Amino acid sequence: MRIKVHPVLGPLKGKATIEIEVDGRRISAIPGEMISSALIAAGIKVFRTTHKKGEPRGYFCGIGQCTDCMMTVDNIPSVRTCITPVSKGMKIKTQYGHGKWEV
Amino acid sequence: MGSMSMLTTDVAVVGAGPAGLYAAIEAAKAGAKTTIINEYVEPGGQLTKQIHKFFGSKEHAAGVRGIDISAKLLGSIDELKVEKRMGTLVWSIFHSNILAIAHNGKSEMLRANKIILATGASENAFAFPGWTLPGVMGAGAAQTLINLQRILPGNRVLMVGAGNVGLIVAFQLLQAGSEVVAVVDALPYISGYCVHSAKIARAGIPILTSHTVKKAYGEISVEGVMVVKVDNQCKPIPKSEQDMKVDTICIAVGLTPLVELAWLANCRFTWVASLGGYVPLYDDKMETTVKGIYVAGDAAGIEEASTAMEEGSIAAISAVESLGLMTQQRAYALRAEAYERLRSFRIGPFGKLRDQGKQFIWRERQKYAERI
Amino acid sequence: MQRGFKLTGVLTDAELHRLPGAPSVERAAKGPVAVIECAEEFPCDPCEYSCAYGAIIVGQPIINLPCLDEDSCTGCGKCIAQCPGFAIFVMNLNYSKKEATVSFPYEFLPTYKAGEVVNAVNRSGKVITKGKVVDVKNLTNQDRTVVITIAVPKEFGWDVRGIERKEVKAYDR
Ligand SMILES: Cc1cc2nc3c(=O)[nH]c(=O)nc-3n(C[C@H](O)[C@H](O)[C@H](O)COP(=O)(O)OP(=O)(O)OC[C@H]3O[C@@H](n4cnc5c(N)ncnc54)[C@H](O)[C@@H]3O)c2cc1C
Ligand code: SF4
Ligand code: SF4
Ligand code: FES
Repeated sequence: MRIKVHPVLGPLKGKATIEIEVDGRRISAIPGEMISSALIAAGIKVFRTTHKKGEPRGYFCGIGQCTDCMMTVDNIPSVRTCITPVSKGMKIKTQYGHGKWEV
Repeated sequence: MGSMSMLTTDVAVVGAGPAGLYAAIEAAKAGAKTTIINEYVEPGGQLTKQIHKFFGSKEHAAGVRGIDISAKLLGSIDELKVEKRMGTLVWSIFHSNILAIAHNGKSEMLRANKIILATGASENAFAFPGWTLPGVMGAGAAQTLINLQRILPGNRVLMVGAGNVGLIVAFQLLQAGSEVVAVVDALPYISGYCVHSAKIARAGIPILTSHTVKKAYGEISVEGVMVVKVDNQCKPIPKSEQDMKVDTICIAVGLTPLVELAWLANCRFTWVASLGGYVPLYDDKMETTVKGIYVAGDAAGIEEASTAMEEGSIAAISAVESLGLMTQQRAYALRAEAYERLRSFRIGPFGKLRDQGKQFIWRERQKYAERI
Repeated sequence: MQRGFKLTGVLTDAELHRLPGAPSVERAAKGPVAVIECAEEFPCDPCEYSCAYGAIIVGQPIINLPCLDEDSCTGCGKCIAQCPGFAIFVMNLNYSKKEATVSFPYEFLPTYKAGEVVNAVNRSGKVITKGKVVDVKNLTNQDRTVVITIAVPKEFGWDVRGIERKEVKAYDR
């Protein structure tokens, strides 16, 4: 959910003018925001599952340190979505295990 | 490294939080060619997400919101023509004077006569059954979401940790529009400042001391949490469980100085619990055991923005002194003034422990010098 | 039941009246006065600089608890929005025959308008009485910290310290 109004930060300035694709589903995003933000705004919480046990993982540290938020972005696996900005038409996939390069 | 281009500077400052920004300002004022490097695209460090008015002294912009302090410091950086390299990671230090930096996947080498490490801190993790479920996150991570990205992490939040970070972020979650069901802490008392806990209490949010998380549960993300009362030995008290329906659990159980670069540069370390863990040894000039490498701010022990700024200045003054850009007398006088102000911050129930920590580091540094 | 601000975040009456920032009961009975509920020694002093009448003294060292000079304090309320800890309130136990007013900082949305009837809360966030908003200030120098003044029955003057936040649902998103 986006925070449209805020007592200190004022009204939300950015507009969700672009679309990205997540596992085939189209969601809107604000240019410049991180991929993880667009996903959480759309209610998506599970970003990947672990290699051994298949456990779900999602946004955790927000600064590129924990690797919990890695997804496959435009066919490149293990992209840290919390420090990677969105771009128009980006194709994002939930990553299972280590993911794989898809060329 | 041979074929890579070699950049050069007099003073390289790693980290653009309050410590790094003050260091860069002081170094540039003395006429040193100064370069400031920051991993995050936005400079400002912790300040960029602190939307609250800072406590502290008038001289250190107390009463001003963190986000606005940062804007002011950045103005000075630009005026003094400090070279800025934002969105740039320093990934190693070679031969104690060459920084390996990476920007957009491209690596470069930067030779610096003096290096000031002001890399801040990282959040501690806290493991309990279910802690890896999506919906469990660091309090700082939640703060980045609400205040920088303007996204609500969830509707109902449990905050774990009643230190200043936990209390401040809990309040900011309320401001953003989340519901905070409780703040829990295993300690038998509230470790954060009373002004922050009072704000939380007035908002009707219970602060449960001597309580911790037993487990988080949920199918694919957090749906609830079991909170349990603990005794003085931190052992769970049977049948004291409370089930809370939440979709988000924020962890605020402390910060650890971010000092990888000092390890890589072969600096000596010591353990100081009151300052957050392992910190490099340094002297009253903030110089580590490796000549020419200084540290300041949270990287030199977790404290506050005001102390970080003073330490940044001290490090930079010492660096430019040793470069011959400032007389010894002047450097000595400026350091003495800075320590006078620091002394007034490092007393009282909260400051005393940190002061003892700093004294310990200086003694250990002294012992190390004598051994050599 | 645990008591005391170090355990609950809530000052007990005894803790409150011991503070150098709290006015005496006699002074408070006379009219508008600041109540500085800042109870721990940590480095902070913007309150001292916010008062044009010199009624708040922190001095040196900076960790001193703020001390209220109750005779110099006019109850003007300037200090409320300048305290980063939201720890300063202004109380007027002489507002009218039956009512007292309490002014406090507020940084939530939606805000309130003068005339609205509200649920007034105490230091634990518990609703203890109805109140009426008599003033809402949001001046530039307050830097987005709104100061709300509400009138409540006189006997609640020392206890009311805020209002219930409006439903989160009321946020426009
Ligand atoms: C929730 C919260 C509230 C706070 N409120 C207050 C307050 O009210 N008053 C107060 O005085 N203090 C407050 N503090 C504390 C204060 O923010 C910190 O003590 C202060 O920011 C420390 O400054 P710093 O410059 O050492 O580090 P930081 O501000 O953390 O900055 C470090 C910078 O270094 C960069 N960096 C790290 N590693 C590298 C690398 N390898 N390469 C390049 N760049 C790197 C990071 O990107 C970051 O920008 C608060 C802290 C938190 C978490
Ligand atoms: S209410 Fe006015 S006079 Fe009293 S302490 Fe505050 S600023 Fe000073
Ligand atoms: S400004 Fe507020 S928090 Fe700071 S010392 Fe004064 S009363 Fe306490
Ligand atoms: S959330 Fe930790 S790396 Fe992205």
